[in-house]
Amino acid sequence: MYGYAGRVLHVDLTTGKTRIEPLNEDYAKKYIGGIGLGMRLWLDHSKAGVDPFSPENPLVLTTGPTSGTVWPTGGNGHAFVSKSPQSYGIAEAKSHGSFGTELKRAGYDAVIFHGKAERPVYVWIDDDSIQILDAAHLWGKSPAETEDIIKEELGDYYIRVAAIGPAGEKLVRIACIINEKSRAAGRCGLGAVMGSKNLKAIAIRGTKDVTVAKPDEFLEFVKEFHERMKGPATKKYRTLGTPENVLVHNALHCMPTRNYNNAHFEAAEKVSGEYLNDRYVAKIIGCSSCAMRCEHVCVVNEGPYKGAMARVEYEPLWAMGPYCGVDRLDAIIKGSELCNYYGIDSISAGVIVGFAMDCFENGILTIKDTDGIEASFGNHEALVKLIEKIGKREGIGDILAEGVKFAAEKIGKGAEKLAQHIKGVEVTGYDLRCLKTAALGFAVSFRGADHNRHGSYAFDVKGKFNRLKYEKGRAKAVKDIEDVYTVIDSMIICKFSRGTYYKEFEDLAKLYTLVTGWETTPEEMRLKGERINNLARVINVREGLGRKDDTLPWKVMNVPIPDEGPSKGAYVTQEELELMLDDYYEARGWTRDGVPTPEKLKALGMDDLIPIVEAKIQKA
Amino acid sequence: MVKIHERKFVSVDPDKCVGCQVCEYICAWNKEKAFNPLKSRIRVVRLNPLVNVSITCRLCEDPPCVAACPRDALTQSEENGTILVDEDKCNGCGWCIEACDYGAIMLHPEKKVVFVCDLCKDKPDGPQCVKWCPEEALDLVTADVLAQKARITATKKLFQEALKTSTTP
Ligand code: SF4
Ligand code: SF4
Ligand code: SF4
Repeated sequence: MYGYAGRVLHVDLTTGKTRIEPLNEDYAKKYIGGIGLGMRLWLDHSKAGVDPFSPENPLVLTTGPTSGTVWPTGGNGHAFVSKSPQSYGIAEAKSHGSFGTELKRAGYDAVIFHGKAERPVYVWIDDDSIQILDAAHLWGKSPAETEDIIKEELGDYYIRVAAIGPAGEKLVRIACIINEKSRAAGRCGLGAVMGSKNLKAIAIRGTKDVTVAKPDEFLEFVKEFHERMKGPATKKYRTLGTPENVLVHNALHCMPTRNYNNAHFEAAEKVSGEYLNDRYVAKIIGCSSCAMRCEHVCVVNEGPYKGAMARVEYEPLWAMGPYCGVDRLDAIIKGSELCNYYGIDSISAGVIVGFAMDCFENGILTIKDTDGIEASFGNHEALVKLIEKIGKREGIGDILAEGVKFAAEKIGKGAEKLAQHIKGVEVTGYDLRCLKTAALGFAVSFRGADHNRHGSYAFDVKGKFNRLKYEKGRAKAVKDIEDVYTVIDSMIICKFSRGTYYKEFEDLAKLYTLVTGWETTPEEMRLKGERINNLARVINVREGLGRKDDTLPWKVMNVPIPDEGPSKGAYVTQEELELMLDDYYEARGWTRDGVPTPEKLKALGMDDLIPIVEAKIQKA
Repeated sequence: MVKIHERKFVSVDPDKCVGCQVCEYICAWNKEKAFNPLKSRIRVVRLNPLVNVSITCRLCEDPPCVAACPRDALTQSEENGTILVDEDKCNGCGWCIEACDYGAIMLHPEKKVVFVCDLCKDKPDGPQCVKWCPEEALDLVTADVLAQKARITATKKLFQEALKTSTTP
């Protein structure tokens, strides 16, 4: 089998037993790898309604078909899949670096962690030898510290490690899983799932060869993509990086500011990509096998945050900056560094702090509640302190660590109206009131508020559609781009490289064919994308999510954009939302409640999942 | 025998190297038809996000690896200074590995004999790592040219500093 290692590893943390089984070839063909394969394996090994923190909730780790090869950006990815402690639906998060390549060379397409260890442990995968080792000495350590200690004690500098930080241990719902010290499988709180298993880290050494079905043509294609990656499609990532968005979004007044109180930040210049590049970017580095490199490593050289170092992207920068009203990049870099230290999703962290600040300014949280922190918008010291408290689950941080949805429920007093989330997952840096195609993409995203499941904001930002008004028929475009994105995340190539696949499914199908040797047409590739989206939906339906959860944050639907300018007065009405959802479910061929129909599943070759939806459709 | 200052080896510009390992993959592919960095003759080191370099054989004058070998399995090529491994004589004892300051000679994971960069002697277009590095961070240079480059970079840096100090009040 080319493109696949052909094996799935089961690790039962309760019993300490491990078992290797062959990869189901039919699954490989249907679900590719990455999130597709991961979600299918999760579904097979879980019961409906399982609690995310229960030992019965498996944590699935997967690689993709190009993992371990020199395919630019694809050689290095991995994905985690489980049930989210934020949305209680399906969670997936990918990361790049070198961890995925190592897992593939160790000979696995997927690892499924079952059960819960009695004491803190880490799993050491050394090719065919699997050990569950004591991690008592690693408990409380950051992912970076954990990585260093593990390398030291196993005596090999080249071992790759993915670990949780103190936040994951304490079941902070926005905890992430970090590999190579700075790369995070960030969203949906999978670090907390790992923590609930007492699993501190996964260390891997792989020595096996990886090869592909058609190496000569493959290498030619690699060379071509190296050229494409020097071209205009990736220029942004090679120069300013995603922080370029700050000024673009600000000009359109679509940058949520001060917890959605504004859509425009008056001090945007000071937190722009241009300013960041000028003052703080020390080096741009790349992941294994990448030919474009994007990781803007920033260093603070002076002031109160001197010495802070972190990679900075638009979303975290926006979340900890404009969203909290903070106009200091040094504090944002410090905040990012702390997120890496505790192992928390830096997007969600910023949004939670913004939420807390809004509560503070509205008197919902008093200075007593915040442990003496003056949590007003723009206070960079409060930002840093609150992130620390969330990471430690200390004082007010214990409540905020639940994420804005559950925190608001605990706080009460109308805090729900200030909690900007979808399906329990904190929003990202696109003001959905004035980006109506994006609003639909966000509302239906199977892992909650997320720009990365569809990228449909691009239609609005680039002016392809009227961003201020939703029109019937647009859902088709959202569906199509979702299908591309699920293929990208199942191949686990990097999203930043998406523009280099000039012919999308055609290029992706060619790549898949060269790697696996299975002749695949562009249409078949598209079908895989559609299938994986339906799979995710089936899982969410099984877990009780439906139309009622495909919704938008309160402020998006109730507070028109107040700022004078191009977006003034925009918001999404209930009527518009209903129109969007009808349009979308129709485009997907689902019921009016958003349930995939048996006919649809049949057409996609997922007959075995029909009982799940039938049960829901009959009930409705 | 080529004189030391004419001998060319693969050298990395640490400012340009991003740690992508493409050089490793390509080297291993060309030499062993496998994507497996453990079989590469060039190795990438990332100490922290800011420190990335890839390192391979420097073709030392009086190579310590050759001197260290108790079985005379290593010799230095008269023609271009690369280290030749006699696989029949090498028993993988590792003295050469210990002697090399760069970690440039390595034990093969399966064959259990050492292997080292041969500048892709069988490739008409020269070292494949140099050809493929997406950042153009690698170069086939003599030590002299390397020194020249270093001098030019150092001077430029000095010049920039001078510029800065003269414009800031
Ligand atoms: S290919 Fe070039 S940039 Fe990448 S690791 Fe090798 S030398 Fe560095
Ligand atoms: S292997 Fe090491 S010691 Fe031998 S010539 Fe190369 S760099 Fe020098
Ligand atoms: S010159 Fe050839 S053998 Fe030497 S490191 Fe580069 S690719 Fe490998």
